[in-house]
Amino acid sequence: MNESVNRKPEDLVLRLRGITKQFGDLVANDAIDLDLARGEILALLGENGAGKTTLMNILFGHYVADAGEAHVADASGTLAPLRGGSPNASLLAGIGMVHQHFTLAENLSALDNIILGTDSLFRPWQRQRDARRKLAALMDRSGLLVDLDATVATLSVGERQRIEILKALYRDARILILDEPTAVLTPQESESLFATLRRLASDGLSVVFISHKLAEVLAISDRVTVLRGGQVVANVAAAGTDGPRLAEIMVGRPIPPTVRQPMAPGEAVLELAEVHVPGEHNRPALTDANLKVRRHEIIGIAGVSGNGQAALSNLICGLAAHDHGRFEIFGRTAVVGSPGRMIAAGVGRIPEDRLHDGIVNGMVVWENLLLEDYNRAKFVRAGFLRHGAARANARQVIEAFDVRCPGPEAATHLLSGGNIQKLILGRVLNREPGLILANQPTRGLDIGAVTYVHSRLLEARGAGAGVILISEDLDELLTLSDRIAVLYRGRLSPAMATEDVTIRRLGLMMAGQTSEGAAADAA
Amino acid sequence: MNEILEILLSVSFWAAALRIASPLILGTLGELVCERAGVLNLGIEGIMTAGAMAGWMAVYQGADLWTGVAVAAAIGMILGFIHGVFTVPLGLSQHVTGLGLTLLATSLSYFTYRMILPDVPSPPRIEAFQPLAIPYLSDLPIIGPAIFEQTPLTYFALIAVAVVAFVLYKTPLGLAVRSVGENPAAAEAQGIDVYAVRIGAVMVGSGLMAVGGAFLTMSAFNAFFFEMVAGRGWICIALVVFASWRPGKALLGAFLFGAFDAFQVRLQQVVGGDIPYQIFLMLPYLLSILALIVMSRRAAYPKALMIPYRKGER
Repeated sequence: MNESVNRKPEDLVLRLRGITKQFGDLVANDAIDLDLARGEILALLGENGAGKTTLMNILFGHYVADAGEAHVADASGTLAPLRGGSPNASLLAGIGMVHQHFTLAENLSALDNIILGTDSLFRPWQRQRDARRKLAALMDRSGLLVDLDATVATLSVGERQRIEILKALYRDARILILDEPTAVLTPQESESLFATLRRLASDGLSVVFISHKLAEVLAISDRVTVLRGGQVVANVAAAGTDGPRLAEIMVGRPIPPTVRQPMAPGEAVLELAEVHVPGEHNRPALTDANLKVRRHEIIGIAGVSGNGQAALSNLICGLAAHDHGRFEIFGRTAVVGSPGRMIAAGVGRIPEDRLHDGIVNGMVVWENLLLEDYNRAKFVRAGFLRHGAARANARQVIEAFDVRCPGPEAATHLLSGGNIQKLILGRVLNREPGLILANQPTRGLDIGAVTYVHSRLLEARGAGAGVILISEDLDELLTLSDRIAVLYRGRLSPAMATEDVTIRRLGLMMAGQTSEGAAADAA
Repeated sequence: MNEILEILLSVSFWAAALRIASPLILGTLGELVCERAGVLNLGIEGIMTAGAMAGWMAVYQGADLWTGVAVAAAIGMILGFIHGVFTVPLGLSQHVTGLGLTLLATSLSYFTYRMILPDVPSPPRIEAFQPLAIPYLSDLPIIGPAIFEQTPLTYFALIAVAVVAFVLYKTPLGLAVRSVGENPAAAEAQGIDVYAVRIGAVMVGSGLMAVGGAFLTMSAFNAFFFEMVAGRGWICIALVVFASWRPGKALLGAFLFGAFDAFQVRLQQVVGGDIPYQIFLMLPYLLSILALIVMSRRAAYPKALMIPYRKGER
């Protein structure tokens, strides 16, 4: 599986040999070898738990490897051993890391975040003027424009990412590690990030790009290293491979494509007309939303998170109330503000944060499966729980939804993310709800679990449910949805037939450009 | 009405307000430094008691006044170190540790006092700090006698406000303190030792609190009494919120409280016996709560306040 890539040893900026890291019984990194050349963009591809982030956290000094050695080129280009376990040592060695969850202090300005820790703590004043001069030159060279005096809390995700990259460049990083950098970006922002990375790489910066998205890995990288189960399973030139092949290497088996069959929609299960949901600081969380969901139909809601998705999903789950507008469920005016009545009415909820809003961590599997049904006659007799029926129910869900766990008595918090999602899916779908709200149902899941969730949602659609699918993954939306609407700053666009939209158009709408503007732009 | 105006216009009222505010300024400043680094320090009440006792005792045993202040600060820093070790690397509950520290430090102070002075009939006295008129400045009308004829420890408190503000906002160290209180992961990713910065901040903050306590025995009174801190530490906790974690506003808050307190004493004399005196004693607290409601409903907490940081967990 390894193709030799022409590289002179003196070009190497990073050499990892036999890196091994164990957490309890889990071998997160198993004797990993990795080379990185000057000016190269290397993609590190792998599923959750494949060991990508662990490897990079070792390199950046957050973890200490159990075995193996890391060598990093110094300013003169000679490889020198890297002291493990100290972010400071890694920073000094020229390694910069942009974490998946940004590490910015929100109360500080962009400038403060960048220069934080670059001066000795006991220097009696800051060298702000020098810092500004250096950053102006860096911004000029890299095209990463940031308002240095803005407080981070007021900045967008894209701007925050630019600050993170500037942080690394400001410290003269020769190796830049980016952990899932596109997860929170619109397609256009990703494009501009890629352009920046290419420019920086041509200037001699080496980049490690961690991702599980095949398309962008192929678009940005020179070389792809695939991790599976903590081991390097492939190391190939990006030009010599393609998406399906990489997917198969990454997962370890072929992935059947998900296909959505066209279907005639039935009667409406949800109707919103001019619905307005109040938000924080007197700003509406959802403004004049119009939406109609019918049976046999999946409506995709695209948008960068934080643009009103929470308000929409809370409204439909009964967790939030609208202050004006018409909100009907199954043809009747909905009783808002009561999750219990929504469930009773036939709404199924797959929450965005499955650990926080989906399950109770301290409960076992059968208890969690009962959370939305505990008062149904089937499970209660004279005010007491019918344990037998509840356990039987759990066994049936575990069986039907392929939840990998020891049994109904298993502790829920020990289950993997994919299995917890299957459990929630089972709890919801078992009730055969007429309306399903799926909020980011596949976020953070492996390809296998993702295809499973997709097939189940399509199955529910086939059985007559209307589905609202809120997602940031445009590929997912385009694969599953019959129609797609875009949320931007609390405004919901009209739902467009999926056949009529492109990723590019969705991206522009997600960034706030109206569809007319996008059309003009495309013309 | 006239009498009230007369109180507000008298120089002695403003001088008293600043004098009463001094221990609160130091305590609030100390708590603010701890909380800016992300550590709530409920040990403040005990640390102030320990500072009051230790500073006074050092002087009573023959040390000079400034050595006494240094002893108080050192005791505060040791107690702060204990709080820091429990709450930062060990990540224990900051509430429980802080309250425990208050109980420990208070009892230890009383115990030590009684051990060293087992049978004194009335609290012994020391030669405390005397008011020191600053040349020229004290000649200014009204402000002069109100601000510039205080004891040296009050000047120390005012200078401490300026120093803390400067360090917090103008130096790399202050930047590090603010960042570990907001997002410790960010600080660590920039190579800063979160534990060291947090423990250091708690120690410095506790030192300031202890000097605030020492003000009571070395400037305001000249003896040590049991229960003499009398909840001032808790007031400081509220004042930090009032101040939205800013040193300048902390000074303002402490001064307002001092003014309320000075005002109620004088009001008692004016209004006389018709109203129970406890009502007057309540006044500064009631007004503080009111001010807290008005000023701090949208206070922006340091985001990592009370959240222990564990390395490698993200």
